[in-house]
Amino acid sequence: MHEPEVTLELAKTFGLIEEEYNRILDILGRKPSYTELGIYSVMWSEHCSYKNSILEIKKLPRSGGRLLVGAGEENAGLVDIGEGLAVAFKIESHNHPSAVEPYQGAATGVGGILRDIFTMGARPIAALNSLRFGSINSKETDVTRTKYLFKNVVKGIGDYGNCFGVPTVGGEIYFDESYRDNPLVNAMAVGIVKHDEVAKATAKGVGNPVFIVGSSTGRDGIHGATFASEEISEASEAKRPSVQVGDPFTEKLLLEASLELIKSGVVVGMQDMGAAGITCSTSEMSAKDGMGMDINLDFVPAREENMSAYELMLSESQERMLVVIQKGKEDVAKKIFDKWDLNCVEIGTVTQGPNVKITYHGKVMAEVPANTLVLGGDAPVYVRESKEPAYLKEVQNFDESALPEPKDLNAVLINLLSTPNITNKNWVYEQYDTQVRTNTVIMPGGDASVVRIKGTKKALAMKTDCNGRYVYLNPYRGAMAAVCESARNVACTGAIPLAITNCLNFGNPYKPEVYHQFREAIRGIGDACKKLDTPVTGGNVSFYNESPDYAVYPTPTIGMVGLIEDIDNMVTSYFKNEGDIIAVIGNVNCSNSIGGSEYLKQQFNLVKGDAPEIDLNSESNLIKTLVQLANAKSINSAHDVSDGGLAVCIAESCMINRTLPIGCNVNIKYAGRQDFCLFNESHGRAVISFDKENEENVKKICSDNSIEYLNIGKTGGNSIIINKEVNIPLEIAEDAYYNSISKIMEN
Amino acid sequence: MSKAKFGVVVFPGSNCDHDAYNTLKHILNQDTEFLWHKESSIGDRNVIIVPGGFSYGDYLRCGAIARFSPIMKDIVRHASNGGVVIGICNGFQILCESGLLPGALLRNASLKFVCKNVTLNIVNKNTIFTGAYNSSQSGGPEKMIIPVAHGDGNYICDKDTLKSLNDNAQVVFRYENNPNGAIDDIAGIMNKNGNVLGMMPHPERASEDAVGSSDGRKLFESVINSVN
Repeated sequence: MHEPEVTLELAKTFGLIEEEYNRILDILGRKPSYTELGIYSVMWSEHCSYKNSILEIKKLPRSGGRLLVGAGEENAGLVDIGEGLAVAFKIESHNHPSAVEPYQGAATGVGGILRDIFTMGARPIAALNSLRFGSINSKETDVTRTKYLFKNVVKGIGDYGNCFGVPTVGGEIYFDESYRDNPLVNAMAVGIVKHDEVAKATAKGVGNPVFIVGSSTGRDGIHGATFASEEISEASEAKRPSVQVGDPFTEKLLLEASLELIKSGVVVGMQDMGAAGITCSTSEMSAKDGMGMDINLDFVPAREENMSAYELMLSESQERMLVVIQKGKEDVAKKIFDKWDLNCVEIGTVTQGPNVKITYHGKVMAEVPANTLVLGGDAPVYVRESKEPAYLKEVQNFDESALPEPKDLNAVLINLLSTPNITNKNWVYEQYDTQVRTNTVIMPGGDASVVRIKGTKKALAMKTDCNGRYVYLNPYRGAMAAVCESARNVACTGAIPLAITNCLNFGNPYKPEVYHQFREAIRGIGDACKKLDTPVTGGNVSFYNESPDYAVYPTPTIGMVGLIEDIDNMVTSYFKNEGDIIAVIGNVNCSNSIGGSEYLKQQFNLVKGDAPEIDLNSESNLIKTLVQLANAKSINSAHDVSDGGLAVCIAESCMINRTLPIGCNVNIKYAGRQDFCLFNESHGRAVISFDKENEENVKKICSDNSIEYLNIGKTGGNSIIINKEVNIPLEIAEDAYYNSISKIMEN
Repeated sequence: MSKAKFGVVVFPGSNCDHDAYNTLKHILNQDTEFLWHKESSIGDRNVIIVPGGFSYGDYLRCGAIARFSPIMKDIVRHASNGGVVIGICNGFQILCESGLLPGALLRNASLKFVCKNVTLNIVNKNTIFTGAYNSSQSGGPEKMIIPVAHGDGNYICDKDTLKSLNDNAQVVFRYENNPNGAIDDIAGIMNKNGNVLGMMPHPERASEDAVGSSDGRKLFESVINSVN
């Protein structure tokens, strides 16, 4: 087969820069073949190499706590949860594919992250998603495409997870014009594995056979990783063929077959094929322990005829794995995959290295040192220029006292409850199977979702969080806030925050202003994680989230997992009984500044001020307090104060149990303006409710942890009553809170 | 009298098989085994659960391929000999495809997958599937809270079939608020002989208070009582 001549110009069209092309010439001591050029270009793309981010990411706390496997060591991090069990979890972006082909883009995002989990031997027990779209109800701009993206991303996530049989238990969804052309689709998966059944992504033992298992290889997704490493533009539509196509049914079979194979004990190493397909899996597994591989592409089961070596190597066809099996145990593997009607084909052997050698039709098509391809090896690493963006001073220089005070606070609160960022996302969650495997004990819609672990008393609380508006206004503080909010969310259920995974969605890293946001956000995540003792288990960086018209808000999404030791102590976020005491605990005397709030955006159409205040010491104390309150069985509900402030938090506590809403009557003293007091989004606060007999106990636990306590009123009645100014019948609040998205989407 | 011996069929793509197994084996302490779809016999199993999921990916019509699995031949034989068969969700679709139950399941009227708790009216309490619900003092139709999770639950049949389903009291469950557009709010039906049940909602997901409802347990208890 004739291959194009390799030149610098060709290399550039593959996304390589001149310096990188010269580096390839140096490494090989010759001109690369066409296939080799393809291999280097995907492996050195931002998506695979993290070349522009790794120096910063390494500053994050990547050990400590209950971490068994640290970030970057395997496909996903691994955290000990006792009784010989570990939790594997990771979040990853699929933004660019979803921007051009929302259904398949989102679906394959879910599929990819699930494979990352079960390739380690862990059975996925839950999936979450963090989604960002443009406005779906803007009056100024045409929302047709945004609604199309939203609808199909949700459908893609649902169809994949539902068929695969993993409960999709939540996450979060924000709408803002900055995400209009470049939506964010971050998929997270959580799995459970026994310590002694963990599979590693390595190739060891010269002569051990290398198998490709699962789906056949087609022409889909070629150069997907490179596509993910550039900005979205008009031309992106032409990259539709770079989007992979998902097959959740095959993934389900691959899950069962892979776990059975790992249990059989014949696996040396295993890695899923995501970005850069056979290229990435062969080179990374080889480089891990300094080995090599001889791969013969003639044996790769192909879906299409006449595929070239280049196409086979770069295809991102889904639902495939590369497995190294102990020599002599080939039949064990073949038998298991035969049972599940899946391919299981030997395509090569492990060699002494250092080269990965690719043969096709009797000809060597590529022979490159594995180590030169991979992150942590000789893949390029760059220090990028960073410069504080000029807009920061401009937005932070903001006099909120000049804003007119609204007369009707009822209308303000109802409007906030119906705004897409705050309103209940049941329209989305009802399209996801939230319950399959019968372990979901807290459904999406409260703080964190909770999934129990059968055969133990334990449960895992999980949540994703990031308010991109905060990060835009103050990258350091906003990123800290994302960590703290996710920790508060899991702690509200009574769970001890264990560790995080992160998905760092930013613009073009070659722009110094963007890089400043990135660096500051990393610093914020690092400081918060150190304080809360929640190390980073890994994650993903997604740069180039820009279009000619918009750069997304910097959005470092945090996926947090927390552990509930005894499920009987679990706490939910809604009021339970009439006559319970309602209290605010934590940062009770906050500054009431409304910078960055949803209120400021909805009421005044402003994104200004500083991100809401946050204090890591008091966050840490609040989290301890919430866990202790749960374990002492002192409280009936806990809900963290976040978007929409205290008033929204209280209203939600009244309504989250849709079958049995309970009103409230609270009185909140304030200095200054009441609207600022009710709707500011200062961190470090939670609203709790409890039997009045427990008040002394609750106060003691708070004071033991140096946490402030403020009794604000009682539950009961059929209205949400806050001070003299807010009095909303539950049915009106419920209509605003539960029906807004369906009204927008079904019209 | 024989004792209930449950067999939970596993097709490629079944994903509620573990949930049914867990409910029967660990919550109700029943003798329960999985039945692999490639088997040609149900062995000594006398109550067959055809579970939910996406058999063969449901890429063709739901259940259309699963009905040709080797195990189905023996399940049809078992059913025609009066043996008990329960199809849940995808299982209901498979039973319709295999002719054990009349009618078919279309895409939901909303064209969207729907997963939520719904209220069911138990409209026929004199069945081997609902006997245990008959303890109600009220005499009215007893209700149950139970989850649905499906994209194709919109039951349909022709007029004559609907009439005969009603005439023979074959409609076992109706939705209080129809989530999928099913004709006559039908959520579950049985065959004329009363030994084969198909239903879209998931009783195996509603067998413990910890997961939100235990209203589905009595369905399995009814079957256990009638077999034992």
